[in-house]
Amino acid sequence: MLLVLEEVRKSFPQPDGGRLEILDIPYFGLDAGEQVVLVGKSGSGKTTLLHIIAGISRPDSGSVRIDGWNITLLSEADCDRFRAKRIGYVFQTFNLLPGFTALENVLLSMYFADGRADRLRAKQLLERVGLGHRLGHKPPMLSVGEQQRVALARALANRPQLILADEPTANVDVGNQQIIINLLRETCREEGAALLLVTHSPEVARQFPRIERLEEINMVGKREVEQQV
Amino acid sequence: MNLWKIAWRSMQQRAVASWLTAISVGLGVALIVAVLVIHQVVDRSFRRGAQGYDLIVGAKGSALQLVLDTVFYLGQPVDLIPYSYYREFTEGRFVPAVRVAIPICTGHSYKGFRCVATIPDMFERLTYLDNREFKFREGRNFYAENYFEAVAGYTAARKLKLQVGQEIRPSGYGEVGKSQHEDEAFVIVGILEPTGTPVDRAIFLNLEGFFRCKAHQMGPSSEERMLRESEFRVVATSAESPEGHSSVLAGNGATGGSASEGTPSQESHEAPRHEGEDHAHEHAEDERRLSAILVVSELESNPQSAMALPRIINEEPYAQAIAPAQVVAELFDGIVGNVQKVLLILAVLVVIVAGIGITVSIYNSMSERRHEIAIMRALGASRGTVMAVILLESILLSLGGGLLGVVMGHTLVGALSPAIAEYTGVIVHPLDFQLAELILIPGLIALATAVGYLPALMAYRTDVAKCLIAAP
Repeated sequence: MLLVLEEVRKSFPQPDGGRLEILDIPYFGLDAGEQVVLVGKSGSGKTTLLHIIAGISRPDSGSVRIDGWNITLLSEADCDRFRAKRIGYVFQTFNLLPGFTALENVLLSMYFADGRADRLRAKQLLERVGLGHRLGHKPPMLSVGEQQRVALARALANRPQLILADEPTANVDVGNQQIIINLLRETCREEGAALLLVTHSPEVARQFPRIERLEEINMVGKREVEQQV
Repeated sequence: MNLWKIAWRSMQQRAVASWLTAISVGLGVALIVAVLVIHQVVDRSFRRGAQGYDLIVGAKGSALQLVLDTVFYLGQPVDLIPYSYYREFTEGRFVPAVRVAIPICTGHSYKGFRCVATIPDMFERLTYLDNREFKFREGRNFYAENYFEAVAGYTAARKLKLQVGQEIRPSGYGEVGKSQHEDEAFVIVGILEPTGTPVDRAIFLNLEGFFRCKAHQMGPSSEERMLRESEFRVVATSAESPEGHSSVLAGNGATGGSASEGTPSQESHEAPRHEGEDHAHEHAEDERRLSAILVVSELESNPQSAMALPRIINEEPYAQAIAPAQVVAELFDGIVGNVQKVLLILAVLVVIVAGIGITVSIYNSMSERRHEIAIMRALGASRGTVMAVILLESILLSLGGGLLGVVMGHTLVGALSPAIAEYTGVIVHPLDFQLAELILIPGLIALATAVGYLPALMAYRTDVAKCLIAAP
């Protein structure tokens, strides 16, 4: 297994001094190269789960193993390096750095991974996502669809083993949604990266061979459903 | 891609704020540069004037006043000394210790520029700065035997549009434009090259012609002069040993100085003398008075005598010998030095205030930048990396502003250089860099690090997950 989560719990402090439990995942796994879609209602903790897998947030307890590395035991600096080299992240709001060109946004990701920037690969990736003619354009000069394609190229820049995509089509027009999904799936396949994609869209979810519902893998969600029943 | 480029791009993104911040730093640095350069100008202009001779001999009184009058041609003479005292330096008891002695008589001016009566040796045997010889831009030096000749310093000639062959009629103090010498005009026969010394701002008259002016009245009354003359003689006589003057100062095999007193040139010159000048205007030599004597000592061939000379003169009741360089240094360090310190402190305060401006500028941008910082962190940048980016941005703003300030400062100096040259005689090139300017580089880096630390710390502490979720 490429990704294994075991007994992962996460809660956030509340103004009244208590804690709001968000995640309680006994087990979740993903094989290398596998493409999985994760669906769930808003506020169910999908983004928090992706943050924990990426090492951006730490779980209260449990382990997150990626390619055998328990990233919850890594120091913050090691975790940053691990994330840069092995995980690609595609955000819902693209999160490109507005002061940098499309090419530089991809190069930045490479620079943070190992201090070097492979200009040729960055160009090839941008050409692959259809932006070979937009290398020198800054994000405000690109359409939302183009911005998300730059974000995809950036996520793939360091040949990661795992791509985490957090509702990548939520802010993209309908015409571009399928293009983005196709690009994501194709490029992940080409690069040999596993894909864990979060979406609200049933149309998008249906295209994936494996669909996971957060309410089913997350005990917090299960308990809520049971209470409602 | 590197951290500098990332910091640079962050600045570009906030171009207006970055420019304004850099300009505020630049203004402070420009002020520092201008103070440093102008301080150097003042220092040079002060010290330059006091070069070329070792001693100034004048009447007892304020040493500073004597220097201001003799070196800088400012203020009034302390008092006057008899011309006969000057003879002690050229043919009397001080000869062994003296290589050159130049008599000076101030007290007149022409259209606001000082007139200094002296002898041709002033420009032939004295030097200025580092043994540079006086050169004439136009014409020649005045001849000793041509009594009513004069030469003009560069600035005086330029400002008054003096030309060779032009006649001038100097006037006494307080009577600018009203000549006391209606019938004794001096003819300009030469204009000096610029020297960067007070010489540039003066007009030099033939001493002999100056003494022969009919209306020439200066110094104490006749009775006072007679009394003082006799006192000088008594002192001079008592100082002499039975063997004559050489026993007072002779030493190291000195053969006696060859100080000349306006020895006529070997060439024969057709002197354009004024009518009736030979008898009607003549002053008896014992009535002649001098403001000061510039002395070049025999420090090389007769150091013992040369070093004893100021002490012997100062022991006498009516004369003093001062080392001008020392007095100028004291004046400069005591007054101008303190002014410079105050100006520098003010300029440093301006830079510090500008530095605080950098803090405010970056700090204000942090709320919008937290999201960007979170993106960088999500891409794998460590806390140290984002902190370094903010510090580098602060350093770039400081150094950029500093560079701008250096350019502005030197441009300012360049713009002021014609006025500086005119008023001080010192020619300042806009590209005259001061060593002290090099301190600005580490100083600005230290300032940038200090003022950038607070926003950098904010970047360091950015909560990535929270900022990524928050709307950009």
